[in-house]
Amino acid sequence: MTAPEQAGATAGTMEFGRPAAQDDPYLVVENLTVQFPTHDGIVQAVTDLSYTVRSGQTLGIVGESGSGKSVSSMAVLGLHNPQSTRLSGSIRVGGTEVIGADQQTLRSLRGNDAAMIFQDPLTALHPFYAVGKQIAEAARMHNDISKAEARRRAIDMLDRVGIPQASSRVDDYPHQFSGGMRQRAMIAMALVNNPQLLIADEPTTALDVTVQAQILDLLQDLQQEYGSAIVMITHDLGVIAEVADDVLVMYGGRAVETGPTKAILTLPEMPYTWGLLSSVPDITGATDVRLIPIPGTPPSLLNPPTGCSFHPRCPHVDKVPGELCRTTLPELTQATHPGHRKRCHLVNPDEIYLKEVLPEAAPDLIDEETGELIPELQVQLEEIQQETHDHPTKAPGRSAPRGGDHVRADPEKP
Amino acid sequence: MLGYIVRRLMSAFLVVVLTSMFVFLLFFKGPSNPAEPLCNLNGKCTPEKLAILTEQLGYNDSVVHQYGIYVGGFFHDRTISFGPKYHCDAPCLGISFRTRNEVTSELVEKFPATLSIAVGGASIYLTLGVLLGTLAARRRGTLLDRSLVTFSVTVSAVPYYVIALMVWIYVSLQWKLIEDTSYHPITSDPLHWATGLALPWAVIGLTSSTAYARYSRGQMIETLGEDYVRTAVAKGVSERGVVIRHALRAAIVPIITIFGLDFAFLLTGTIFTEVIFQIDGVGKWAIQALRSPVDFPVVSATVLFGAVIIVLANLIVDLLYAVIDPRVRLA
Repeated sequence: MTAPEQAGATAGTMEFGRPAAQDDPYLVVENLTVQFPTHDGIVQAVTDLSYTVRSGQTLGIVGESGSGKSVSSMAVLGLHNPQSTRLSGSIRVGGTEVIGADQQTLRSLRGNDAAMIFQDPLTALHPFYAVGKQIAEAARMHNDISKAEARRRAIDMLDRVGIPQASSRVDDYPHQFSGGMRQRAMIAMALVNNPQLLIADEPTTALDVTVQAQILDLLQDLQQEYGSAIVMITHDLGVIAEVADDVLVMYGGRAVETGPTKAILTLPEMPYTWGLLSSVPDITGATDVRLIPIPGTPPSLLNPPTGCSFHPRCPHVDKVPGELCRTTLPELTQATHPGHRKRCHLVNPDEIYLKEVLPEAAPDLIDEETGELIPELQVQLEEIQQETHDHPTKAPGRSAPRGGDHVRADPEKP
Repeated sequence: MLGYIVRRLMSAFLVVVLTSMFVFLLFFKGPSNPAEPLCNLNGKCTPEKLAILTEQLGYNDSVVHQYGIYVGGFFHDRTISFGPKYHCDAPCLGISFRTRNEVTSELVEKFPATLSIAVGGASIYLTLGVLLGTLAARRRGTLLDRSLVTFSVTVSAVPYYVIALMVWIYVSLQWKLIEDTSYHPITSDPLHWATGLALPWAVIGLTSSTAYARYSRGQMIETLGEDYVRTAVAKGVSERGVVIRHALRAAIVPIITIFGLDFAFLLTGTIFTEVIFQIDGVGKWAIQALRSPVDFPVVSATVLFGAVIIVLANLIVDLLYAVIDPRVRLA
């Protein structure tokens, strides 16, 4: 009850960075490239990545290890060591440019306008300080308040994220908390200054499934309450399906497919996304269905493959005429559904997906007798197609942004 | 926590008892007759004279009986006779063969000098070492870092007594910057105390700080790469706050452990320092007792004293661990 009031009292500093129109995306990443020069050469961790996230919306970034999802989001808070990292492009958080910003600007941004939840709360919390003290420190960094006041806010936040007996647990050390409680404490620490942008870097990976669900629910509740923009980094498509409004699929440091969650999960158009979906077990499905792994290993970021970086692992390379996949990097182009973009040379991805990929990966979605898709999926597909017809230039549930920028997540500009 | 302390105290006590037995056996039941050096002290040692001394000192009695008397001396006064009779107040560690003084009172007299050297030197090397190590870790890979590491390795490679001798020869004898190196009690003349010990402090502090700098640098590089340090940065903590409150706070724990044991080792006698700078401390006292004829009561006392200090230091470090690392509380 008191936290929003306190946050209101400090809103003066936050108003500064806020965009003029509520409709403008809070986080804008444009042509972000992150490189790490090493003795062996330049590691191209992220290449030409663009996306936007609006307040109150959640963007899910999926990809395997080394796909650049964590690296790109750490760049949003300027967490890379400037001496060992080459950054280019633009990242604007509430209108403030992050790339090239001085330490003072970055400090006032970190934990205040934009906060981060890390993957493993046991290593991400300091082992020698009480949980409450660490939360209070975050509060005191950005507000001119007394220690007692900061402690009161810490207790408030712990209570809010569902820690029982917060006023006594506030003095506990991280090792005295369970895994789920630690992640709750981590979230409390991230939210204590009421940030407009929350970056959650695999927040549920280190937790068991029941706790995972609780944490995701908690994040969604808090998002509704505070209206923050959330970037959810994960390799778990289940998490994406549950919380994300939009999805950005990353591969080899690039965006390979992006768009509204429903469109991407129902009718993906990029073979890597197909592979991701095919390798997810379905607990309601038949138990004798084999999971189909993506063959091969993630691409080297030191010597990325020529052309499409997924081509060495792609089972559909031969469906593209000539050597196109091997020689030419596909552009991120408009897919069937508006706002849905993919980086792939395939001409008829929908057909391949529905006729070849889906029957193999999810046979229970295909009617055995007729060989047709099951009715539920038919309905979903029709819905997506309907939206395409109804709003040819507009994705569902959002107004068109300025400047004819028609897509919600807009990776890569010409 | 209390149970833990009691358990640790008991095991520490056991170690001290075992050490005292070992020391006693080593020096008084060794291959040579401990009465012999005493006999040699005053003129020619005849077999009759040796026999009388051996009998007087009780060396003909059983080991257990002798050890009982030796330990008894810790708790009540003893009378020791070799030639004349000497009274030895409790806690009695014997009478020095050479000076004919009580060993305990000599130890009490010598210890403040060693303690002063140890406290001053250790404060310098801990502060300087951690400071330089932290600086090098923050500027890892730069010229400053590399020259610090190179300098540190070079200094560590030169034997300590060479450095101490050079400093004494040049600073004290040649350039006469600080001529007087000696111990004066801090209670009587604090300024003289400090100037007299300045050179030993500087030498111990500078030479040992290099090892601490390397060690702190390694620890700091490790903790600066920890997830919780990244969390602190992501919270908006200033660089100084990140380095000191978050990284150094974690890095200091193993440093304190090593420091505790190093400091205890200094307390048992800074032999080279005391001998080179002519300071009457425990180290010089011990090394003099080893000169022929060997002053057995003094030697055994210094060894036992050293053992007690080391055992105590270990105990204190372990208890301190519980204070500085919340994870080992209630262990």
